[in-house]
Amino acid sequence: MAPQPKLLKFLNVLSVLLVAVGYYLSIFYAPTEKVMGNVQKVFYFHVATAWVGMLGFILAAAFAVFYLKSKDMKWDSYGLAAVEISLVFFFITIILGSIWARPAWGTWWTWEPRLTTAAILELIYLAYLLLRQGIEDPEQRARFGAVYTLLGGLSVPLTLVSIRLFRTIHPVVVGGGGSEKMGMTDTMVFVMLYSIVAFSVVFVNLYWHRIRLGQYTEKIEQLKLRINQ
Amino acid sequence: MNNKEKLNNPKSDYWKSVFAITWKDLSSELRSRELLSSMLVFSLLVIVIYYFTLELDIKTRSAITAGALWVTFSFSGTLGLNRSMAIEKDRGCLDGLLLAPVDRSVIYFGKALSNLAFMLIVEIIVIPAYAMMYNINLFIPGFLFVTLLGSIGYIAVGTLLSAMSIQTRTRDVLLPILLFPLLIPVLIAAVKASNGFLLSLTWTEIMPWLNILFVYDVIFISVSFMVFDSIVEE
Repeated sequence: MAPQPKLLKFLNVLSVLLVAVGYYLSIFYAPTEKVMGNVQKVFYFHVATAWVGMLGFILAAAFAVFYLKSKDMKWDSYGLAAVEISLVFFFITIILGSIWARPAWGTWWTWEPRLTTAAILELIYLAYLLLRQGIEDPEQRARFGAVYTLLGGLSVPLTLVSIRLFRTIHPVVVGGGGSEKMGMTDTMVFVMLYSIVAFSVVFVNLYWHRIRLGQYTEKIEQLKLRINQ
Repeated sequence: MNNKEKLNNPKSDYWKSVFAITWKDLSSELRSRELLSSMLVFSLLVIVIYYFTLELDIKTRSAITAGALWVTFSFSGTLGLNRSMAIEKDRGCLDGLLLAPVDRSVIYFGKALSNLAFMLIVEIIVIPAYAMMYNINLFIPGFLFVTLLGSIGYIAVGTLLSAMSIQTRTRDVLLPILLFPLLIPVLIAAVKASNGFLLSLTWTEIMPWLNILFVYDVIFISVSFMVFDSIVEE
């Protein structure tokens, strides 16, 4: 087993530090929101994890297209890594959102567009993993996985649009405007952007680890094949 | 048409092969009737179960009809899709089709057309049955049009995914799990648009949902056309 590259080791330490500082900033540095109180602090990590989930989702769809074009197995393992990380982060986003929604909206769960879309996305990811589990041939697994990710990537925006045609109560954070926009002070914006950067680093770190893991899994599969022969 | 003309006009051959596959499915179904009969009996059972589980009294009925019908169609649809692909796979027919000197997408369109035909036949029987049993008027052209658009979207994705799921270890169990999360836009739009027609809302309220259905159908038919190759590759 090859040792971790220096940059990766550095990223390990950096991600822990960045998240720790982000924790400090959101709890102690950012001002307490007037209406919602302390629970609003969950928002910084909520937005950041949602961003990372989104990033993984877009990467997975892009890698699916790359795979189908080049049939290079490396895109498959990149895609799988992106899906797995995105799955975890969207789950965290939904949990954090629920914690926030309970006092803010008075309910753990509402059928709000982004919330519902995130939940459906999780289901698509789970279906994707189940699909992969049912196929033994790695090359076929990669092809089917790529096709399904691609279909998911196309249907999710449509899902969002169609649920959005119902009325929404989710605050629009980016590119919103109008009465729903949250009133954020400069410090709040700073902490939010900081958490987004911090979690992006965590994403890169995890992604790197996951790809290494994928390479080892592949190696083990090959060794097993050799033993069987 | 002689052979030379055929060579110069490959388009007519393309659709001829598509219809040949569709016709093969329809005629074998005409003889066995195993697929349609199970879809139909299942749909009618579900409709009867609705009466008791949802207590469809006269008030709830009008609001819930479109949703109830679409749930029925989605579930019975997976029965049909699974069966239609399993026949190809189990009897080695798929390998034969793949050997045929035609474009692979011909197989997709052929299967999709026959699946659509099965789904529409079921709908043609289930909708009047529902209308009769629950005493509600469903013979509204707009409503039927929405049902057609929704079925096209359903079959476009369903045919592709059933070709995929049938090649996995878990087979038929997997299809609904793969299919339903991708179908959400179709289901939302179809139910909303159908409700619009049933409650005779204005066009401006119905139009956005029809647009979503159109867009979904176009996107997923074209994508399936592009990726079907990589699903049946041997």
